[in-house]
Amino acid sequence: MTGRTPPKKKPFSWRSQAFRGLLYQIIAIVAIGLAIWFLAHNTATNMRVRGIQSGFDFLSSAAGFDIGESLYPFDSGEPYWRAFLVGLTNTLRVAVVGIILTTMLGTLIGVGRFSRNALVRGVCTTYIELFRNIPILLQLLMWYLLFTELLPESTAPIVAGPFFLSKGGLNFPIPVWALGHWWAAAGLLGGVLAAWIYRGRAVRHFERTGQPRSLFWVPVAIVLACGFLGWLLGGAPTVLDSPRQGEFAIEHGGALTPEFLSVLLGLTMYTAAFVAEVVRGGIQSVARGQGEAASALGLSQGQTMRLVMLPQALRVIIPPMTNQYLNLTKNSSLAVAIGYPDVVSIANTAINQTGRAVECISVIMLVYLSTSLATSILMNWYNARAAIKER
Amino acid sequence: MAAQTFQPIPPRPAPVNTEGPLAWIRANLFGNWMTSVGTVVLGALLLWIVPQLLSWALFRAAWAPNADACRLDGVGACWGVVAEKYRLITFGRYPFEEQWRPLVATVLMVGLLVASCARPFWKPWLALVWVAVLGTFFTIMFGGVLGLSRVETDRWGGLPLTILLASLSMAMAFPIALVVALGRRSNLPAIRSACTVYVELIRGVPLISVLFMASFMFPLFMPQGFSIDVLIRVLVGITLFAAAYMAEVIRGGLQAIPKGQIEAAATLGLSYWQTQRKIVLPQALAIVVPGIMNGFISTFKDTSLVTIVSLYELTGAMGLALNSDADWRPFKIEGYLFIASIYFIFCFSMSRYSHWVEKQVNRSKLR
Repeated sequence: MTGRTPPKKKPFSWRSQAFRGLLYQIIAIVAIGLAIWFLAHNTATNMRVRGIQSGFDFLSSAAGFDIGESLYPFDSGEPYWRAFLVGLTNTLRVAVVGIILTTMLGTLIGVGRFSRNALVRGVCTTYIELFRNIPILLQLLMWYLLFTELLPESTAPIVAGPFFLSKGGLNFPIPVWALGHWWAAAGLLGGVLAAWIYRGRAVRHFERTGQPRSLFWVPVAIVLACGFLGWLLGGAPTVLDSPRQGEFAIEHGGALTPEFLSVLLGLTMYTAAFVAEVVRGGIQSVARGQGEAASALGLSQGQTMRLVMLPQALRVIIPPMTNQYLNLTKNSSLAVAIGYPDVVSIANTAINQTGRAVECISVIMLVYLSTSLATSILMNWYNARAAIKER
Repeated sequence: MAAQTFQPIPPRPAPVNTEGPLAWIRANLFGNWMTSVGTVVLGALLLWIVPQLLSWALFRAAWAPNADACRLDGVGACWGVVAEKYRLITFGRYPFEEQWRPLVATVLMVGLLVASCARPFWKPWLALVWVAVLGTFFTIMFGGVLGLSRVETDRWGGLPLTILLASLSMAMAFPIALVVALGRRSNLPAIRSACTVYVELIRGVPLISVLFMASFMFPLFMPQGFSIDVLIRVLVGITLFAAAYMAEVIRGGLQAIPKGQIEAAATLGLSYWQTQRKIVLPQALAIVVPGIMNGFISTFKDTSLVTIVSLYELTGAMGLALNSDADWRPFKIEGYLFIASIYFIFCFSMSRYSHWVEKQVNRSKLR
């Protein structure tokens, strides 16, 4: 029987899938390249015609504007790159504090939705629906209005112990920095090290004998005790720099500006509503039988939560939680609307002063892209730790 | 033998009532001592706050559009600011006598959005209706024909602009997102990486930087002597932004389709596009409707950011209405609460709808 020979494969035929794929890709690359070339060419021409300077050399010239608040001193004679650095630290400051607060508040509200108390459930649900259905920008504006219009003047602040709240912001006591605080910090560090060693021993002890040792309270006690010991060794400095009522404003102590407080509160309360939903979804994703099986084994309610429910819920929670952290960081860019000097606000001022829109916008994008990337890497690492250990 | 008399055992007590309001209160408010303490503390707190809030917002509020009445002692919320400024807040700087036009356009647009949510309208011709309504919207708003005077886009503002920005950018983002989502799952490395770079780049930066780009850099991108309206530029910016997020939602739906479906299609001899069109997309898109709805809600809220690049949508129009008027400026918080409630009504009803759709989609999985 003479078999039919299969048709010879022609490498450059329209009928070959590989060839078609190659062709599509070449077309796509050429189209993207042409589009980029077109835009770049237009930009270059436009800038030449309008006499717009380009390049990043302006970063080293004097900024010429003051910044309302910064972690370290800055004056208008310093170069632009220092101003951007101030903006970056301000962004990171509000984002990091916001992430910590929003995690706590969001978890509380998310767990609250499972409460046996209908009142607690109702309050949590109302909070979530209210805060996530109103734009964050509007919330920021409202907080800012609250802080700058409705609070009393700084000559007659609301006083709660050593805390002063007024249009000038929140003033609070800070410890006067002394050598003893270095000792305390060193003690804390030593405590963390000791707790780590204790933890390792406790885990090995558990694996050898099956007898559990406390893995939370004892390490916490070790860390606190070491810190306290360091503080005592350093001479136990207790001098506090408390805010006082001055003639025009509140003097001394630490201070948070109304801008910072509005951005922080707005971002925290808005994102907490989303975090609460993430936490709720995570807890709901753990099968009911898991909790029942745990109590059948005689685990206490706390142990059930810590050893059975949470480790499984975390797997579901972490990826969307990462997204919420990134959203919070990106939303901190709205600080520009109320005059908190974050990196976008600084870039906006720089655009208005130098006209170098392309450069300043690329700085913004670079900052946020690298922050997003860093957060993703960190959370992916944590996620890999929490993920199911499979073959 | 003595006759045994019948001795009934005492009846069991009636079972504890588990239905009705009393039982509900016992179970949900006073279940154990911790719950009871929580109820008492939280209840006291609510009893303290809620009456004050109600008294401020309703009983002591001034409703008349009279700034002096609002300044009297003991007056709570000043809703007169809304009564006085609602036209400026809802329609922005649109010419006063012509404001029936944005009203008609908004009603049309909202009607279209509501209709698009109802199942009987999920037909191919809905796309045509969208095109028709959007065309009518622009004609009514822009004017210049049919005896309507021409109103340039820089006078547009308020709620019509918010709704236009949200719905048009979502409608335009959908096809882009579809292509990008398919591209990210393509076997061709160049196309896959181009789509990945686009999505990750956009998702890594805040919307405000995209809007800055639209406002400062787009004019530089265009050839000499060619300028585009700021509204179009901002629309393009929001569309590109929304498309990246929507692409990820759609990709999630595509990934949920089992591989066997695609293999079965290949066995039947369907081409790539036939497979996508007839097998994969109908199933994937049904799954992602709630996700797309959530995207629409965030886009709706995100339109408030265009205030920062000086387009006066709802938030911007509100600032416009009150910032320049010293009489009414002290009552800005009432104005903010007014627009916040508009946003809330839209977003909340959309999220309820999204829940309903999710239930509809999952109905096949319930037993």
